[in-house]
Amino acid sequence: MPSLYEQLGGEPAVAAAVDVFYRKMLTDDRVAHFFDAVDMDGQIAKQKGFLTMVLGGPSNYTGKDMRAGHKHLVARGLNDSHVDVVIEHLGATLAELGVGAAAIAQVAAIANSVRDDVLDRPARTAAAKN
Amino acid sequence: MAVVHHEGRSVELASGESVLDGLLRAGIDAPHSCRAGHCQTCLARVVRGDVPVGSQEGLKPTWRALGLFLTCRARPTGDLEMAAPDALGLEVGARIVDVARLSHDVVRLRLTTDAPFEHCGGQFATLVRSDGLARSYSVASLPGRDEFIEMHVRLVTNGAMSGWIARDACVGDRVALRGPAGECFHVPGRREQPLLLIGTGTGLAPLRAIVHDALRDGHTGRIQLVHGALDERGFYLVDELSALAREHANFEYARCMLRGEHLSTTPASPRTSVHVGALDARVRAAFPNLKGWRVFLCGHPELVVALRKWAFIAGAASKDIHADAFVTKPAPLPRTATS
Repeated sequence: MPSLYEQLGGEPAVAAAVDVFYRKMLTDDRVAHFFDAVDMDGQIAKQKGFLTMVLGGPSNYTGKDMRAGHKHLVARGLNDSHVDVVIEHLGATLAELGVGAAAIAQVAAIANSVRDDVLDRPARTAAAKN
Repeated sequence: MAVVHHEGRSVELASGESVLDGLLRAGIDAPHSCRAGHCQTCLARVVRGDVPVGSQEGLKPTWRALGLFLTCRARPTGDLEMAAPDALGLEVGARIVDVARLSHDVVRLRLTTDAPFEHCGGQFATLVRSDGLARSYSVASLPGRDEFIEMHVRLVTNGAMSGWIARDACVGDRVALRGPAGECFHVPGRREQPLLLIGTGTGLAPLRAIVHDALRDGHTGRIQLVHGALDERGFYLVDELSALAREHANFEYARCMLRGEHLSTTPASPRTSVHVGALDARVRAAFPNLKGWRVFLCGHPELVVALRKWAFIAGAASKDIHADAFVTKPAPLPRTATS
């Protein structure tokens, strides 16, 4: 079965989706302050990488990249509530593109799977033992 | 097999190998991250050879026009010479052919170059004086139409270069141009797309070039130019732009000044307007929805950053927003009496 990335139409569709997604983030006071307006193009490129990954498109991001890429934001207070907002906007963006609820839940699960990496803490299974 | 030339090294690519993989295999520390065509970390520029098929997918039209490509997606079929995306071109010798005052704080400089200076109107270039002093200015002229290169120089208090240009530079003086750089220029096509151009001060220079370029290209969509200044003295090229608005039904020219009353006795021209108040408040009110627009922003750095974010939130696609923030080199501190 083709990935959701392919079903949506590949790169051009994801490029359009990233604009919708990033616009939602920039206008949401809960997370807008994490985005530095000076490097908008760079941030959009990163969001595109993220969306491509969670949609099952070609991606080489690793947990290590996710940790390194968000460390400075964790230092500024990035926590679970912000990851929840990201997943909320991700779902709303996909819904606007006509993606069904079941597929959105799958994508949210993939996004959730990198939560511990993004927040730079031990993987949840390890944390549960403590 | 294709050979890639990069900063004096040559790498022969294996069959089906990407440029990035080839460079890394050869031990070259080429920038990269996602290796899947998204993060744009591996961006490079084609200097000679064909842009590899598929290696520009997802890039802005202006970036494509500049020959930028993603090395992780590039599988060239022929030899390719590449450079870092921001590597400045060669330096070209030039001669001053005209110096003229455009307003109380803007001087127009016209140059001719010893060799063709490949650029698009609206990009910027670095002007280099014979002693090595260098400053960047936007190009207001149009290649192919104008026989000279025109730059608008804002007079900065204690500015080394602008002060020299205003007081001492003479017709015939030798200088050099390095560049070009910048992504504020017109890419032909999509003629029906509305264009919004907002600039402060000498941010008008690149916008003027873009307006002329778009009209020359037969652009049919609306072209809205908004020039911001502190007060009325900051407006220049008013006659030229008003005339353009008279001649072209799809071109509108608005001026917006922060302070003062509009005292000009110039008769109102069609499709021109003058407003008093903050530029950002003015454009936010005048353009509530920018979905489908192409937007150019030039001038004051903080305003450019703020307006770029506004334009995007107002609906312009990120690929259609082109910004050029003018950074002024801080003037040296005045000498104290004891130094």
